[in-house]
Amino acid sequence: MSAPRFPVGAAVRIRRAYPPGHVRAPFYLRGCAGAVSHIVGDMANPEEFAYGRCDGPPLTVYRVRIRQPDIWPDYAGPAQDTLVVDVYENWLEPAEQEAT
Amino acid sequence: MSDTHGHSHPHPPHPNQPDIEDAPLTHYQILELAVAELLIEKGIFSGDDMRRTLEMIDARSPADGAKVVARAWVDPEFKARLLEDTNAAAAELGIDAGTIPITTVENTPSVHNAIVCTLCSCYPRLLLGLPPDWYKSRAYRSRLVREPRAVLAEFGTVLPDDIEVRVHDSTAELRYLVLPMRPAATENMDEAALAKLVTRDCMIGVTVPAPPPD
Repeated sequence: MSAPRFPVGAAVRIRRAYPPGHVRAPFYLRGCAGAVSHIVGDMANPEEFAYGRCDGPPLTVYRVRIRQPDIWPDYAGPAQDTLVVDVYENWLEPAEQEAT
Repeated sequence: MSDTHGHSHPHPPHPNQPDIEDAPLTHYQILELAVAELLIEKGIFSGDDMRRTLEMIDARSPADGAKVVARAWVDPEFKARLLEDTNAAAAELGIDAGTIPITTVENTPSVHNAIVCTLCSCYPRLLLGLPPDWYKSRAYRSRLVREPRAVLAEFGTVLPDDIEVRVHDSTAELRYLVLPMRPAATENMDEAALAKLVTRDCMIGVTVPAPPPD
């Protein structure tokens, strides 16, 4: 079990990156910031696993909660609506890192 | 055979529904057949193993999930265990929820949960059976995260503005189950009767359980 890089409550951003291959960070959430709501634990890295590389180090998986208006600036519903997504640690960075 | 079949006016015959063989196999159908044949040929598993597994999956239905929900409604300690470890809680009821961890998310007066897998169509099959076609459709997968309230309204679920709609996008090796709120006026119902109120759609989170019929 690797030590999770981010604690519950940490402000995190899903990296705005567009690498080729099998990735699990949904396109529509890249660049979005939210907060860690839950640390799921270690899981196999799907970006390696998808190509038959099964013995690499696992990644911590987090549940990240994002306010809908932070995903869609024109979100039609109330501002407290949220989305929770499972994110592998290699896709997260501290939310402060990126000046927006 | 007559083309009139009860109508008073004759008209051209209806088109037949095509047989499966009438449409060409897709790339992924061929790939799936080839991989399955190879695995059997190489002795990784037998054709019989595959049939048994398919039968096991086919035998699952939302009734399994409904049993779990009804127990959580009548037993607060079971509910606590369910929220902590859904697979273990299901096993208490004799339901094998498999090895993929399932997380139960609880609806409350202030939060309504709904589940989607935008990347493919991940679904807690061992508690709910096979997913409905709409769950796998691009329309549901793209719209639930973009305009969840509009999608829920199409299912007849109109939620007040002071409730948080929380959409769960299931993108890792995890599955989600919604624990709906127990409807009003069910105080006198037993667990088996309660389970009948719990539909597949309310465990996906696109509807809420209807109150019992009068």
